[in-house]
Amino acid sequence: MTTALDIQGLRKTYDNGFTALKGIDLRVEQGDFFALLGANGAGKSTTIGIVSSLVNKTAGKVSIFGYDLDNQREQAKAQIGLVPQEFNFNIFEPVVEILVNQGGYYGIPRATAFARAEILLKQLGLWEKAREQARNLSGGMKRRLMIARSLIHQPRLLILDEPTAGVDIEIRRSMWEFLRKLNAEGTTIILTTHYLEEAESLCRNIGIIDRGDLIENTGMKKLLNRLDTECYLFDLAEPLAELPHTSSNLCHCSLQDPTTLEVAFHKEHYSLNQVFDFLNKQGVQVHSMRNKTNRLEQLFMELVENNKQ
Amino acid sequence: MNIQQKWVAYYTILVKEVLRFARIWVQTIVPPVITTALYFVIFGNLIGPQIGQMSGHAYMDFIVPGLIMMAVITNSYANVVSSFYGSKFQGNIAEMLVSPTPNWIILAGFVSGGVARGLAVGLAVTLVSLLFSDLNVEHVFITFTIVLLTSTLFSLAGLINGVYATSFDDITIVPTFVLTPLTYLGGVFYSITMLSPFWQKLSLLNPILYMVNGFRYGILGASDMTIWLSYGVVSGFILLLGGFSLYLLHKGIGIRS
Repeated sequence: MTTALDIQGLRKTYDNGFTALKGIDLRVEQGDFFALLGANGAGKSTTIGIVSSLVNKTAGKVSIFGYDLDNQREQAKAQIGLVPQEFNFNIFEPVVEILVNQGGYYGIPRATAFARAEILLKQLGLWEKAREQARNLSGGMKRRLMIARSLIHQPRLLILDEPTAGVDIEIRRSMWEFLRKLNAEGTTIILTTHYLEEAESLCRNIGIIDRGDLIENTGMKKLLNRLDTECYLFDLAEPLAELPHTSSNLCHCSLQDPTTLEVAFHKEHYSLNQVFDFLNKQGVQVHSMRNKTNRLEQLFMELVENNKQ
Repeated sequence: MNIQQKWVAYYTILVKEVLRFARIWVQTIVPPVITTALYFVIFGNLIGPQIGQMSGHAYMDFIVPGLIMMAVITNSYANVVSSFYGSKFQGNIAEMLVSPTPNWIILAGFVSGGVARGLAVGLAVTLVSLLFSDLNVEHVFITFTIVLLTSTLFSLAGLINGVYATSFDDITIVPTFVLTPLTYLGGVFYSITMLSPFWQKLSLLNPILYMVNGFRYGILGASDMTIWLSYGVVSGFILLLGGFSLYLLHKGIGIRS
């Protein structure tokens, strides 16, 4: 399998002396949907900035689909599409012009770029706004415009830096579908996000950066399987007078309020079926249930906390 | 990128830059035309006849090349510095930086945009000057090449200013405190032969003097220095600033962290 992104010993120290990256190694395979997670200031955007040539590295090697970013810069850059965190298009330019110009910077003739722009804008629900100045778009539309712009040259590697920040859930879901389809068609995608449910839902592999170090780089399923405790909230049909009695310390119940029961249990020793059997025996009528916290969020916090120690 | 792709990238930047100043022509083309027309009226028509001849020409005819050149210089500079800094400020300079477009194409695109505005304003001012003066161009090739080279030089200077600028104040400091004084003292309104030897020698340190005189030689056939010196100074500065601009873009100074 071809490696889409290969980072070796990447370091970045800014002029003010702050070291944002302490020598990270990272590989993203072709076709992957990869989540790059980390707290604010962890080094995600610096990594993306270096890969997309917006930040100068201090040391290390970066290659994109085998093209070295130092020695084969043009070829390497041609492989990447970038959706940055901040809106960074010319707000006075018409939407379609932004795409056609971006195509031009990749050597795509205007007629070809315009045809591609039409397809992308239609796919992303922006074609009706094609002739409007970008400043007139809503926040969600601006995010979609940046996705369209990043795809005009049909990159093999798409990097999205918090693409769904500040957009409503409906648009977010439609963007997820769009990205899933794009990935299924062969585009390798690297995503940073603070919405961990987004990463869990979309990505197959994950890297976690904390204070300039890559502290985790594994498959999403493998990572989630490390969670030894599951915690569910059960909405009850009737208020509970007292807690169901459990003799095992591998399963723990508590009441959040009279109609919300929290049950935490070790995955190795209990299954969800057994929990339901137990509740049935106790005469507890369950109306609905949900995860107490996002599973990835729980793991993320654990990993970051462990790294502090 | 192959040659055709590079041409597309260059053409894209050029068209974008031309459209940028063309869309706001009331702000970019009209003001310098009005300002220069006022110079023609006040200095040429009202005061000029009191001054008499300068370098063997009517004062109005004498100041026309200088005023055209002044408009070309300020507008070439202003176009690139405002466009480049504007791109930095809005962040859309990243559109070019992430792309495979080589730095020299980015430089050529911005500079060509500056040259286009300089020439557009220069042409408009020239047309206005025809209302006040019978303009006979003595040396067409020299006139055109000097204005082209000067426009290129000040577009490069504008880009360097744009690279270093960190606020909108920074893009007005150089035009106000450096460019305008040098232009006014660069022989636009007088011949340096009128000055005392000390001030004549000091004036020779002003590069704009060579451009104004080179352009005046092209139009009137009169100059305070040889045309080759004008070509030499302008070309030398273009090589110097062009090389420095490429170095700045390569290092990412002011545009990459």
